[in-house]
Amino acid sequence: MDLLYKIFLDPFLQMATTPDLLVQTLWEGLVAGVLYALIALGYVLIYKASGVFNFAQGIMVVFAALTLVGLHELGIPAFVALILALGVMLALAVAVERVMLRPLVNQPEIILFMATFGLTSFLIGFGEFVFGGEPKVMITDELLLPGGAFDFQILGGSVSLQKIDIAAAVIASLMVAGLAVFFQSTRIGRALRAVADSHKAALSVGISLEQIWIVVWFAAGIVALTTGVMWGARSNVSFALEIVALKALPVLVLGGFTSVPGAIVGGVIIGVSEKLGEFYWGPLLGGGIESWLAYVIALVFLLFRPQGLFGEKIIERV
Amino acid sequence: MLYRETGQFKTSYAADAAVFPILQDRIGIAAILAFAFLAVPLTLPDFWISAVLIPILVFSLAAIGLNLLTGYAGQISLGTGAFMGVGAYACYKLTTVFPDANIILLIVLSGLAAAALGALFGLPSLRIKGFYLAVATLAAQFFLSWCFVRVPWLYNYNISGAIEVPTRTMLGVPVTGPNATPVTRYLLVLAIVVGMTWVASNLVRGRIGRMWMAVRDMDIAAELIGIRLFRTKLIAFAVSSFYCGVAGAMMVFLWFGAAEADSFNIDLSFRVLFMVIIGGLGSLTGSFFGAALIWGLPIVLRSLPDALGVPIRAATVEHIQLMIVGALIIFFLAVEPSGLARLWQIGKQKLRVWPFPY
Repeated sequence: MDLLYKIFLDPFLQMATTPDLLVQTLWEGLVAGVLYALIALGYVLIYKASGVFNFAQGIMVVFAALTLVGLHELGIPAFVALILALGVMLALAVAVERVMLRPLVNQPEIILFMATFGLTSFLIGFGEFVFGGEPKVMITDELLLPGGAFDFQILGGSVSLQKIDIAAAVIASLMVAGLAVFFQSTRIGRALRAVADSHKAALSVGISLEQIWIVVWFAAGIVALTTGVMWGARSNVSFALEIVALKALPVLVLGGFTSVPGAIVGGVIIGVSEKLGEFYWGPLLGGGIESWLAYVIALVFLLFRPQGLFGEKIIERV
Repeated sequence: MLYRETGQFKTSYAADAAVFPILQDRIGIAAILAFAFLAVPLTLPDFWISAVLIPILVFSLAAIGLNLLTGYAGQISLGTGAFMGVGAYACYKLTTVFPDANIILLIVLSGLAAAALGALFGLPSLRIKGFYLAVATLAAQFFLSWCFVRVPWLYNYNISGAIEVPTRTMLGVPVTGPNATPVTRYLLVLAIVVGMTWVASNLVRGRIGRMWMAVRDMDIAAELIGIRLFRTKLIAFAVSSFYCGVAGAMMVFLWFGAAEADSFNIDLSFRVLFMVIIGGLGSLTGSFFGAALIWGLPIVLRSLPDALGVPIRAATVEHIQLMIVGALIIFFLAVEPSGLARLWQIGKQKLRVWPFPY
């Protein structure tokens, strides 16, 4: 009885009695969700256009952020470093296309997936080799990102919203809008969708696969850099981020692998339910359930809707 | 000249279905086994046995486990580390409850615990596949890792949260714990690994193995020819987790001597996955090669600078090793998707026609 009470009643009573805490928790979940969504966006981009499930997206985030901070530490002004970091991501995209994708053309998806494990391992080694393993501080002020927090007095308590989180949410929405426009109404965007539909058909109408792949991986690199800056501003830039980035996987499962809005909605759902679960139900289980809750939610969800919320229905042809 | 099967006629089905149908292979494997069981314990120094051979054997078994699932049945799993952990913790609990039981029996039994959990987390594989399944196995990885920390019953309410291996004896000789000599532990590991590899090799050549491969190659077609998908996939998950569980139990009981939850994190899962990819998907021999390469590479890298007289920091070695492993994975997938095992095959084929080119 006591246990049932603790599971089904007590958390809701707590929510009702201290609404300010609830709002704060919801907000934190929302912010975490936006950041998950940003990483998930990188996965979706590459998956949509090249059918590669890029496991290395998480480490690309870390790598991009480290490059930015590392260049700044050399004395290069922040915005020049930003452009140079973008250049590095472009170089990475070209290298990946040359070395990894081109020899693996026409291989089954699962082989390409495993190749990205190789890329992950390589980038971890390379990143630590060049920049060292210690966490670095993101250069928020130099990039003119806002610091500090807004405090609201509502619902009989105070809720504090970090300005950087608001900035992250705004930038994420801008980026999603930009990508949607890019996909829907530019020439390259249309080519990208064609490639996603069928490599062969796209090739036969004269679309250059090489070029498209570079564009896509570069776009994913830009998303990675943005994510790295936003996430780095909240905590430090370190390789621990890579594990956090794995959280984008349940987000993808929830939202569907091929849907940009799905990544956003899935991210928010995962972020919010994770924080609510940890805050209200976590103590029952001894805490720390944040580390697996997202995966279990995704797992349960998969059983009922394997293609995700917004994903295209999986049709198997023989 | 030497390696040629000319004139070796098979006159019975048993001879045709033998694991090693060629005489030279049988001589070769007998020589390897004799070397491993007799020459190694007598000649090699303890450091080699405990720091090189035992880890390679343990990882080989884990890689075989994952290979059965990923290479043969085509179901990708990122939860290997957690299932190894289940084996280790199960063995620890079993030996606490039954201190007098034979430790080999307990190690094998703890594999069953891992198999049960593996089958449980394999349940979603009926409806989902590919990357989706990878996410499902990540759930297993993170959930079980969390259990290893947060369920104190698993580590007998130790304050340290670690599991310490108690001393257990067989025939009066300590085989686990601080008093066991490396040679004893090595022989035990070797016996278990050889036995289980033999079982696996028969499994994959038999009905179950063929069902797995049919599901891997095309599950819809497999279903159409009357293979029950769900059961086949669950068997794959259970058997694979069994192997991983035994490997995990051996890892703690016969190698580490003590372990905590962090020993079974996602890095371990990746490491075993890398061994499988580099060694060769769908090859038991490859699992050994992969384990030897991934475990041996850092050792070679670490000793190389000393030999050349160039000082390199330990951290740098670690980074270079990660880079080499990553590059190797991409290289193998692009150039030789069947991994080191395929190179071995090619070598054997070349040897067969030697000294002629074809």
